[in-house]
Amino acid sequence: MKHKVATTINGRGRQDEVEARLLLVHYIRDVAGLTGTHVGCDTSQCGACTVIIDGKAVKSCTMFAVQAEGRQIMTIEGLADGDKLHPIQQAFWDEHGLQCGYCTPGFIMAAKYLLDTNPTPTEDEIRKGLEGNLCRCTGYVNIIKAVKTASQVMSGGAKPAEMPVATPASGS
Amino acid sequence: MAITQMIGAKIHRREDPRLVSGGGRYVDDLKRSNTTYAAFVRSPYAHAKIRMIDPSEAKKAPGVIAVLTAKDLDGVVLGPAPVAPAFVAEKKTVPDRPPLPLEEAVYQGQPVAMVIAEEKYQASDAAALVHVDYEPLPAVWDLEKALQPDSPKAHTALADNIAWDLTYNADAEAAFNEAEVTVKERILQQRLAPTPMEPRAVMAEWSPHEGSMTMWISNQGPHFIRLFVGGALGLPESKMRVIAPDVGGGFGSKISPYAEDYLVPAAAKITGRPVRWTESRTESIQVTTHGRGQIFDVEVAGRKDGTLLGMKVTQYLDAGAYVGTFGAFQPCACLIAGGGYKWKQIAARTVGVLTNRVSTDPYRGAGRPEGTHLVERMVDLFAREIGMDPVAVRKKNFIQPGDFPYTQNFGLVMDSGDYEKALDKALQLVGYEQVRREQEEGRKNGKYIGIGLSTWIEICGFGPSAATAPATGGIGLVESAQVRVTPTGSVMVWTGTHSHGQGHDTTFAQIVADTLGVPMEQVELRHGDTGEGTAFGYGTYGSRSLAVGGMAIRRASQKVVEKAKKLAAHAFEAAEEDVVFDQGKFYVKGSPDNAKAFGEMAFAAYGTGLPEGMEQGLEAVSYFDPPNFVWPFGAHVCVVEVDPDTGAVDMKKYVAVDDCGNVINPMIVEGQLHGGIAQGIAQALFEEVVYAEDGSLRTGTLLDYAIPTANEMPPLTLDNTVTPSPSNELGVKGIGEAGTIAASAAVINAICDALAPLGIAHVDMPASPDRLWKQIQDNRGKGVSSNGSGARGASGMAGAAQATPATGQDPMPGTENRGHVEGTGGPPPGGSQGSPQQGGDQQMGGERQ
Repeated sequence: MKHKVATTINGRGRQDEVEARLLLVHYIRDVAGLTGTHVGCDTSQCGACTVIIDGKAVKSCTMFAVQAEGRQIMTIEGLADGDKLHPIQQAFWDEHGLQCGYCTPGFIMAAKYLLDTNPTPTEDEIRKGLEGNLCRCTGYVNIIKAVKTASQVMSGGAKPAEMPVATPASGS
Repeated sequence: MAITQMIGAKIHRREDPRLVSGGGRYVDDLKRSNTTYAAFVRSPYAHAKIRMIDPSEAKKAPGVIAVLTAKDLDGVVLGPAPVAPAFVAEKKTVPDRPPLPLEEAVYQGQPVAMVIAEEKYQASDAAALVHVDYEPLPAVWDLEKALQPDSPKAHTALADNIAWDLTYNADAEAAFNEAEVTVKERILQQRLAPTPMEPRAVMAEWSPHEGSMTMWISNQGPHFIRLFVGGALGLPESKMRVIAPDVGGGFGSKISPYAEDYLVPAAAKITGRPVRWTESRTESIQVTTHGRGQIFDVEVAGRKDGTLLGMKVTQYLDAGAYVGTFGAFQPCACLIAGGGYKWKQIAARTVGVLTNRVSTDPYRGAGRPEGTHLVERMVDLFAREIGMDPVAVRKKNFIQPGDFPYTQNFGLVMDSGDYEKALDKALQLVGYEQVRREQEEGRKNGKYIGIGLSTWIEICGFGPSAATAPATGGIGLVESAQVRVTPTGSVMVWTGTHSHGQGHDTTFAQIVADTLGVPMEQVELRHGDTGEGTAFGYGTYGSRSLAVGGMAIRRASQKVVEKAKKLAAHAFEAAEEDVVFDQGKFYVKGSPDNAKAFGEMAFAAYGTGLPEGMEQGLEAVSYFDPPNFVWPFGAHVCVVEVDPDTGAVDMKKYVAVDDCGNVINPMIVEGQLHGGIAQGIAQALFEEVVYAEDGSLRTGTLLDYAIPTANEMPPLTLDNTVTPSPSNELGVKGIGEAGTIAASAAVINAICDALAPLGIAHVDMPASPDRLWKQIQDNRGKGVSSNGSGARGASGMAGAAQATPATGQDPMPGTENRGHVEGTGGPPPGGSQGSPQQGGDQQMGGERQ
């Protein structure tokens, strides 16, 4: 039996008929076709599927699609302002905060919620704020650095880095 | 914009804007028209006879298209999965590994049937309806018990459980006869789950009219998958296209072909529909190959002045139920057991043991973390035994810069190194003398501070072809590249390596831009599709991509420049040797103002009036066969404080000074080190695949298989030295595995140093709080022994303080009855024979919410 569900994803309303048991993450990926939200586990540990629902970071594998009825959902695809990356996306790029990129959308969405609720977190608060997300590539070093940089940029403390592609900078 | 001298520059990654925007293309993101979904029926038993499989109920379930068992594969999948003979010339027993077993399941999670359905939830539903009648059989998992004649066999048809038993060097007696001191230890390497964040995934589409298969797979080396899977499906390589798109990490677990990699394309052929399957995390921890799973019995001989003389090492390796495709690579731990030190003799033997567990196979470092851990631990134990600073022992025995190229005890030629320089830099960064003083002060106040060193070395960059062809079954490991310049000067580059986080799109483009003198934006890098580029690519593993693949790209680019130079000479009506190529411009010596750009020569290459005999076009292929391996090295220093009342380890400092020769992109090198060190620390402190007595997995989720979060990772201090490799003209060495190779020894050495006042000389991994707490309590109870060896046998189950009931389960091959090693490698060290072992339901270092 299918159920009607109406949601708003990245500002666009949609209506679908889904099974009651369909997980929200599968709704986002398979029904709405937004594959930037990833699945990295089956027990809600990894955070790869983190999205923002009505302003809060949610692991989208912990909800059924039908529970998202009437909700505002933001996924990684909805974060940038057109061609201009969101400062958190830019900071992950600038600080080499990603390698394989699989966990990255979840981290960025979790970081967005962290900075929305605590614009200038300490390093310890960043670590705690991201403990629901797992990364296997970076050792978290540059993810933490990226969130610090984004925090500075978003709170007006520093300018975004210049477009860095193919621009040799001094060695670190 | 500078358009040359990109090599060595911190260039931000070109792949990132896509990946931070949700634009990644991983296999599970891809879909073909009419796609169906697979689910697997897996054995709940570690070992069982399959009496009967009844698919009838499943076939009636909604959406089900097919249910396949071993019998349905007759004539579709030919022959078993391959096993490369890497590093172990003589294999005694290599059981055939069929995609689906006909009569006997030999590890928990082994697929026994496959369901194809219209929707993925339907496939999972129907898999639960496949009725399998099993008869449980005795299972074997304890390495020592497995070697006893009366042990159950991993496969009922086997005469014994010995996959291989090979002695590299038999004799170390002369060195031991000179010894004034010997130290012995048994060093465990727990089973680890590689855990890339993207689980494995496969999709396949069969084109009946062309008789061709296209397969998308999350994999590190798609050409090898084409070779193996295409061969098993009876397809020529020309009719099989394998694409590894974005891959969310591999760490060695996505090299070998798996049962599912044969079954998904087979099902596509049988059903005539595209089939997709994505592994769940539980499946990933259960059936994706594990790393490590080894026991080393090691004895070292030396003199009281700190001179190391000889080593005897026996490796027992839990091969699992089948020998993994590259599982026999891991004995290379024996071949680098001497580390960066000079030894008179090293005797080494490796024994591969078949058990009823999933196969072990390469995991980040693959043999080299094990070799490093054992030698770095033994050097510390030796230093403690003779009362010498571990820094002094290392410096006394280092192979010196002037000794290179240095032929070590197993005949491998180490290309270059300056070990003391890296160590001195690391000691300076950590403030060694100061930390020693703090340690001494702390000990007066009941604080257990420890300093651990790991002066690691590594063999990587596989080829050379002559050394690797015998180990791969005939294909010499080299690397290929194709560079193609279009008439308007766009540069297309294909590499046979594969990037799954390593940033090749950026690093390799830097090399091309530098060699051709064109802007990086003009260079398009492609990889991971066997339908394009060179005839064969060798993939990414063993820290080989830059040192071998980067070199092939360099050579192919140079060939392009050579042709363009001929064209320029022709245009200038000058002799070729009078033409200068500098930063993308050609000119005649002395006339730099009258220059022709690289792009002009590209256009000319497609025009008319070429030099006599020259064909049109501007492209080149190169296969680079390195003359030697490359040998990175470094020094890691870790400072910890252990709380004796809780067993908790507080990592206070972690300094890493590494040397991978010349650096193409320092930002990417640092990133590789961060991640590598994290995985090494994770092995030392947190991770272990734990099985129950009956062979069922206890750590099947990320709740109980504890990969670290941001909370568990300490800040890292990184620096480097640069000793260019003489093995390639870029002077580069691999760095992808270095952090993992180095880190576990640094952490464990630090913990052992911290606990020295309690008489604890050695701790097993993972050094979780419960395990350390138990060991500390045991030692406090029995008083301090002179050399600490009384601590042996104290590891294993603890956790009473964490209210974990003792279950008496076996946590790790060989931890049960460690005292009983007759016939497998001599008595255990330290007089702990017969110590009661509880085994353990290991509680991991951190609880997850």
